[in-house]
Amino acid sequence: MSQSNTFTLDGKTIPYSEGQTIIQAAMAAGEYIPHLCFNPEFKPHGSCKLCTVKANGRQTASCTQHPAPDMVVESDTKEINDERRTLLQMLFVEGNHFCPSCEKSGNCQLQATAYQLNMMSPHFDQFFPDRPLDASHPDYLLDFNRCILCSLCVRASRDVDGKNVFALSGRGIKSHLIVNAKSGRLADTNFSGDDKAAHVCPVGVILKKRVGFAIPIGSRSFDEQPISATPHPQGACPVGPRSNAATLPPHPTVKDA
Amino acid sequence: MNAPTKKLRVATTSLAGCFGCHMSFLDIDERLLELVQLVEFDRSPLTDIKHCGPCDIGIIEGGLCNAENVHVLREFRANCKILIAIGACAINGGLPAQRNHLSLSAILEEVYHAQHGLVDGFIPNDPELPLPLDKVHPIHEVVKVDYFIPGCPPSADAIWKVLTDLLAGKEPELGHGLIHYD
Ligand code: SF4
Ligand code: SF4
Ligand code: FES
Repeated sequence: MSQSNTFTLDGKTIPYSEGQTIIQAAMAAGEYIPHLCFNPEFKPHGSCKLCTVKANGRQTASCTQHPAPDMVVESDTKEINDERRTLLQMLFVEGNHFCPSCEKSGNCQLQATAYQLNMMSPHFDQFFPDRPLDASHPDYLLDFNRCILCSLCVRASRDVDGKNVFALSGRGIKSHLIVNAKSGRLADTNFSGDDKAAHVCPVGVILKKRVGFAIPIGSRSFDEQPISATPHPQGACPVGPRSNAATLPPHPTVKDA
Repeated sequence: MNAPTKKLRVATTSLAGCFGCHMSFLDIDERLLELVQLVEFDRSPLTDIKHCGPCDIGIIEGGLCNAENVHVLREFRANCKILIAIGACAINGGLPAQRNHLSLSAILEEVYHAQHGLVDGFIPNDPELPLPLDKVHPIHEVVKVDYFIPGCPPSADAIWKVLTDLLAGKEPELGHGLIHYD
């Protein structure tokens, strides 16, 4: 018996192929499901839970869940979007996100997702954590204040660059990003601007030095169109325009700062 | 349009802010003429009234960096039916909150004693001066806030949209292009 390899996403029929996750099939069909730690070029991490959907009535991370024939998936509902907004608010208050002085503003996936989900305030009390910068490297700066622990840099450095420059350390609220050097400083690793890890951060942590504000605030990618309308073809992430330029189609809409 | 029966009373203030949000508010330009048909101003930098009386809408720019900010905020909350936080500083502390990872004593020491070029500096202690808070806080951490207009500053169009939505009795809504954190 041949089964229909389709499921429905908010009532729309989505085809899928064996091995695809819900979010991969949805993206291939041009549908947007909010996500932060997922990037189609990497193995899913399943940690941010922004991509949560209801599949046949049960909540699950769509970046790790595989669809089943005729599965009923709900994503763009008030209930789920309210929960996603709460997750975003927690991410914002846990770090220090002063967008007006952030080089990533307008190209930031966290910020654009918060716009998409109408996050008008952080709601919770700010943690105001003390997270010193690492400006030791000659070409790159690490601003840990904005890290959302998505592990994309960890995955890129380990799986693509074969370097293991970054790691997540600690547990629960104490989790934080570390640099694998005895000194803990980026300058004391073999990190380079040519690394994949230099170009995957969805927020403003891993920043190239001396290119600040080349494109003015207000004229950046997500100023022009919301993240949900930004084409997200398989293999090219809207926030990773510099990545794998040789093998991936250039992303038409994201401006490289 | 017929003349409105009763004008809504609006108060505005800037706490730990830079007045940029007020400047952006003035950027609604000739729409101000339309607005003053519908509202009248209570306490505001535009009127120089010193205390906030009973109002329909209170608009707060800036966060809380000293004791006076907290008193003014509480006066607004006690008097305004609807309280709006406008701008990054009111909403998440903004620029002034960038001091929060430093101790207040270290900051005062640096600014009034240790800074290069200071001779016989002293930390001002006139009783007229409001005491600085240990940390800068957004206003929703102290009073209930009904609506938020994010941005640094929010655009005149965003401010206009929220005000006109409220005046029309609608839930304010900023869509793409009007919601900004920068
Ligand atoms: S990383 Fe994104 S959300 Fe955080 S300050 Fe920068 S632009 Fe804002
Ligand atoms: S530095 Fe960026 S890519 Fe790395 S874990 Fe933090 S947010 Fe993710
Ligand atoms: S995108 Fe699926 S859990 Fe983060």
